[in-house]
Amino acid sequence: MTGLTQTAPVSPIRKRPATTWSPGKVGESDRRPDGIPKVTGEFEYSSDLWMDGMLWGATLRSPHPHANIRSIDTSEAERMAGVYAVLTHEDVPGRKVYGMEIPDQPVLAWEKVRYQGEPVAIVAADHPETARRALEKIHVEYEVLEPLADAEAAMREDAPNLHLSGNVLKRVHVRHGDVAGSSADVLVTGEYEIGMQDQAFLGPESGLAVPDGRGGIDLYISTQWLHIDQDQVAKSLGMDQDQVRLTLSGVGGAFGGREDLSMQIHACMLALHTERPVKMVYNREESFFGHVHRHPAKMRYEHGATNEGKLVYVKARLVFDGGAYASSSNAVCLNAATFACGPYDVPNAEIESHMLYTNNPPCGAMRGFGAVQACFAHESQMDRLAEELGMDPVELRVKNAIEPGMKFPFGQEVPHPAPVREILERVKVMPMPEEEGLTGRDLRELPGGVSNVTHGEDVKRGVGYAVGFKNVGFSAGFDDYSTARVTLSVEGGEPLVRVHTAAAEVGQGGVMVQAQIARTELGVEKVAVLPADTSVGSAGSTSASRQTYMTGGAVKMACEAVRDRVLDLVREELGEKPGDLSIEDGSIVSDEREIVSLAYLLDRREIEETVEFHHKETRPLDENGQGDAHLQFAFAAHRAVVEVDVELGLVRVVEIATAQDVGKIMNPQALEGQIEGGIAQGLGLALMEEIQVNEGKVQNASFTDYLTPTILDMPPVRMEILELADPEAPYGLKGVGEPPTISSTPAIIAALRDATGRELTRIPVKPEQIAGVSEKLRDEILQQQDSAGYSEIGRLDERREH
Amino acid sequence: MRLECKVNGENREVDGVWEGESLLYVLRERMELPGSKNACEQGECGSCSVYLDGTLVCSCLVLAGQAEGREIVTVEGIAEGDELHPVQKAFVEAGAVQCGFCTPGLIVATHDLLHRNPEPSVVEIREALAGNLCRCTGYEKILDAVRLASERMNA
Repeated sequence: MTGLTQTAPVSPIRKRPATTWSPGKVGESDRRPDGIPKVTGEFEYSSDLWMDGMLWGATLRSPHPHANIRSIDTSEAERMAGVYAVLTHEDVPGRKVYGMEIPDQPVLAWEKVRYQGEPVAIVAADHPETARRALEKIHVEYEVLEPLADAEAAMREDAPNLHLSGNVLKRVHVRHGDVAGSSADVLVTGEYEIGMQDQAFLGPESGLAVPDGRGGIDLYISTQWLHIDQDQVAKSLGMDQDQVRLTLSGVGGAFGGREDLSMQIHACMLALHTERPVKMVYNREESFFGHVHRHPAKMRYEHGATNEGKLVYVKARLVFDGGAYASSSNAVCLNAATFACGPYDVPNAEIESHMLYTNNPPCGAMRGFGAVQACFAHESQMDRLAEELGMDPVELRVKNAIEPGMKFPFGQEVPHPAPVREILERVKVMPMPEEEGLTGRDLRELPGGVSNVTHGEDVKRGVGYAVGFKNVGFSAGFDDYSTARVTLSVEGGEPLVRVHTAAAEVGQGGVMVQAQIARTELGVEKVAVLPADTSVGSAGSTSASRQTYMTGGAVKMACEAVRDRVLDLVREELGEKPGDLSIEDGSIVSDEREIVSLAYLLDRREIEETVEFHHKETRPLDENGQGDAHLQFAFAAHRAVVEVDVELGLVRVVEIATAQDVGKIMNPQALEGQIEGGIAQGLGLALMEEIQVNEGKVQNASFTDYLTPTILDMPPVRMEILELADPEAPYGLKGVGEPPTISSTPAIIAALRDATGRELTRIPVKPEQIAGVSEKLRDEILQQQDSAGYSEIGRLDERREH
Repeated sequence: MRLECKVNGENREVDGVWEGESLLYVLRERMELPGSKNACEQGECGSCSVYLDGTLVCSCLVLAGQAEGREIVTVEGIAEGDELHPVQKAFVEAGAVQCGFCTPGLIVATHDLLHRNPEPSVVEIREALAGNLCRCTGYEKILDAVRLASERMNA
């Protein structure tokens, strides 16, 4: 063994930037407390962590989507200089599988690999390059098997079973009314397909595991939910929960892709084995294999309606490719089934939602979570129906818009507010972007940009609309809660509030909103939001648009409990009458009269309250897919204006307009950031983002080939925000993160159809589909390209030139 | 190998650099300057942007050895002492920072843009920053930040 000398782990990590103060309250745009360290480069992300004596971990992954493992020989790797550990499934101390809903995913594969990129062995070494080279010296003998790479094929009876439970991961049937017995004047059918989208967060999976010298471990990590990681890590390490302590490190975006574990257990195993801190950082290629993706889906729909345009029934069959392991597929399958009809009054419905195991990359959570796929299909169908009826597409939607008091097809009553009609009417009447002349423009403002492919010829404009909705919070009977600890004290003669939760700040600005809530509730300017860790109770996941509702709600409740105790003190110690006391600007006030300052009242006392905030109970669906499954519904509508080079299939999105109901604007600037960022991901799904998988193998695991929108692709966003309070939610707020991603995609596709007249049933749409090049012709063209035109001039080796 | 170069105005010297290491790796792991970010390490995302002898480069695509004897400025060297640079201030104020992983690269790229072109048009901003991927903001607030910084720097 060579390399670094052993150093006792003392305190990890370089330094934490000082908290900066800013006075914002609920409803105001505030300065992020992490804003300054993020612009100076000081902010510490999980990939920046560093400790004296630390080792680097690396992961050996299966090159095959489906294979039996005959043997693993680690001896050569172990003998390499600078290598401290080479571990396989045999070294997993506790439960050898993990998973949030169904623990079916091996920590390290044994006997079998079920997707390309599945972890097989891990290495710790004194340099990342040494670790990578050691991976090459691990010899794994595989018996390669035919991959089951198609969800429909996985459903067939003669398909090989990928798991003991079979290939069907989940099925949800929603039966509502009587589809067979209903008669419609017109019907439209359609088949729609959606490719595999990636979260493509910029901060790679990474973290640092530090053994505590007493058999336990500290893990500094980027994740969306510390406690579910803690639970799974502890089980696989065979430890008690309190021996595994997690602290949130800086998170470089998440979007669902950090719900599942990646390197957490691996880094801990290596650290415990070597008794050294171990850091693991994926590179971009590995990141594509290191997290789950958005489920690809094939969706077959039939809509029946009256001649007047009232929906009579919807029949739908949705088939999702869950990939090799369960992840959160169960919940995605349920969500898709409940949102399959869209936010419309549908008297009869029959929905089948199928989730299959295959040998494709595992799929799970991504912003929109099942609602995205369904929305593309139901909105495409509404446009078809409008065309069939000769109706305006917005008018058709408004005519069928669901309203409070009605029932969703899954049996739940539509709660108030549900402003579907209103947001549609708003996007319809919002001013249109000016129609600029096509000639003489800066090339960068034309489809294709500086590629110089059009100067305005054959460019057509199109306009499209869509509306969608999403559940906020966890559903179907899950006891969803968040914990907040709020402490009021006096420091340096001034009152200070400390807010401690385990809520993951992933970029959305939760730390800012928590501070705004504390300032609002306790009338204190100085609020410190402490680092999130597992020394306080669970906050649940930063997902499902739930964290402002849930952790915001918990912070509000804890602040109220602290305030009650302060006011009790005033009554007890100063003899003030109960009732009309409040805290404003650091003082106790009664009828606008200052009674005592907090600093004087508290002196050296601390008042601390820890609360759990549980949301209203939800229920699982019954066998007919009926039940009060969801907590809250958030709605948004989008209008897209596009310009299309119809000859080349190139697109410029001119503008996206949106109307969204948020219940209460907690922070205008952060809200706009969620809406604009969400729309960008919707635009990406419409036009460019797809992990291309061929026979179970990923073809484009890089930012060179997996394209996300750049600043050149993203248009200005025009928005109108509605604040229709949800009477049951803290401040009346609604979750805001996901709706922008859901209906922006179908609005863009509708605009493309408007410009081109083409069906465009598969997303992301490719230029050849927009330009109407048939698959056959495209293949012929590609073949010609492969030969670089040699078919005409003869191949070099055949030309025999003299 | 030994590497000597000037980073953020300071002469730096590091030993034991493996020849295959990128400038990004040396900055982050050997010089305690992790501000430049490792989002793709393929030159596609711009999050590792630094100045190399005054030219904007992706430090992930520069071999450490190529930096020998040269001058590097990273995001940590943009602020003027304790005072934030107007570009940094504008990013915080305009809400252009969410997760912040793209931010260091965008700060350096915007700094470069506004020095070359103090009053860029919207399309010029878009063209100049097209090599910097952001996954959170949808870029609208980044455009706002660049315009705000430009206004202030020209005031």
